[in-house]
Amino acid sequence: MKVSRIRLVLPAAILAIVSSTAGRAQNTDTAGFSQQALQSKIEYCKTCHGVSGQGFHGSTPIPRLAGQQPQYIENQLKAFIQRRRTNKYMYSVAHVLNPAMQAALAQHFSGLNPKPLGGAPKELVAAGKKIYEEGVPDAQVPPCASCHGPAAKGDGEFPRLAGQLHDYIFNKLVNWSSERGQDAANPDASAIMQPIAHNLTKAQITAVAAYLNYLE
Amino acid sequence: MNAQMMKFFRSKIVVLALVASTVPSLAGSIEPAKFRNCAWCHGESAEGYGPAPRLATQRYQYIENQLLSFRDHTRDNPFSKQYMWGAAANLSPPTMRELAIYLSALPPRAADDGDKELAAKGRALYEDGNPASNIVSCAVCHGPNAEGIRDIPRLGGLSYYYLKRKLEQWGEGYHTTAHAPMPLIASKLSSGEIEVLASYLSFVK
Repeated sequence: MKVSRIRLVLPAAILAIVSSTAGRAQNTDTAGFSQQALQSKIEYCKTCHGVSGQGFHGSTPIPRLAGQQPQYIENQLKAFIQRRRTNKYMYSVAHVLNPAMQAALAQHFSGLNPKPLGGAPKELVAAGKKIYEEGVPDAQVPPCASCHGPAAKGDGEFPRLAGQLHDYIFNKLVNWSSERGQDAANPDASAIMQPIAHNLTKAQITAVAAYLNYLE
Repeated sequence: MNAQMMKFFRSKIVVLALVASTVPSLAGSIEPAKFRNCAWCHGESAEGYGPAPRLATQRYQYIENQLLSFRDHTRDNPFSKQYMWGAAANLSPPTMRELAIYLSALPPRAADDGDKELAAKGRALYEDGNPASNIVSCAVCHGPNAEGIRDIPRLGGLSYYYLKRKLEQWGEGYHTTAHAPMPLIASKLSSGEIEVLASYLSFVK
């Protein structure tokens, strides 16, 4: 009696296990999106940000995402959605992403490692390196390396700068206070950079950007 | 001055006037003789005609790349194959550059042949894309006024019919120059989205 019951139950149990795992691969998982949706979204991001996330010089410089700190990417996506950071293209892109998708995208891009696009004026690299490593004491600008790391790889919410597009860096630093921290009621970490971006001259920004442009 | 001399000069002036009137007036630029062959289809002022797109005011790097891709047969849609492969076959790179630079300097004129009612929707799609269906904003690469930059082409003012066909063809699997992302992007567009985009862009000055 007991043996025959097990005989009946076992095939049914196997069937249930197999069909449930097969089903999970196709259906939406607990995060709220399917693998297919994630792949499509990654491909969509790469249309502008480059096939390996290396960035692209479009009608405006589109930043490198490859090797970026995942925490930083997630923070920026949230900042775009909440309009603390203003960019009309990225608002449109970001506001349809749920938090789980944001995290998955951030993880994907942080794992990429193509060569930097380069292209910045090479003669400025030495001056840029000096600013990156020593700061500009006369202007109360600390060394960038102290937060962004000696190799500009970033750390947690401090972004990686290595290999970033030079004109993107220039635009962001010059426009810092008009693009970041735009919700006075909700100040965010971008406030740290505000005095630094303000105190650096355009020539210094151009030099630092050139140095970072070639870092791998 | 006697009457015979007057008659002599008058006849020469008439001839000169006749000859001069056949040359289209282009502000300051001299038409290279090589352009005559292009003008048959693309128009005397390179404004385009039928399936032949407007070349006036297009990015010169883009024109050069297209001429190379016609010669290499990478760009393979039916009209390209039928007309442009032959047209570009004997062009040397310096000639391609000369033509491209000449064309890029010609004055623009919008085709204005789209559907005006669809233009507003087209503009919204052009600027914001459609993130829910993973269609990127066109403006990010082609510029806020569809003017293009470097080798990314100007789209503003191109004919509705030309733009529509190109977007459809990329969805059908025809190729463009290497590294261009357009086939991947265009294949996501619905036919309604192609209609509104092509209409909007045909009006952009």
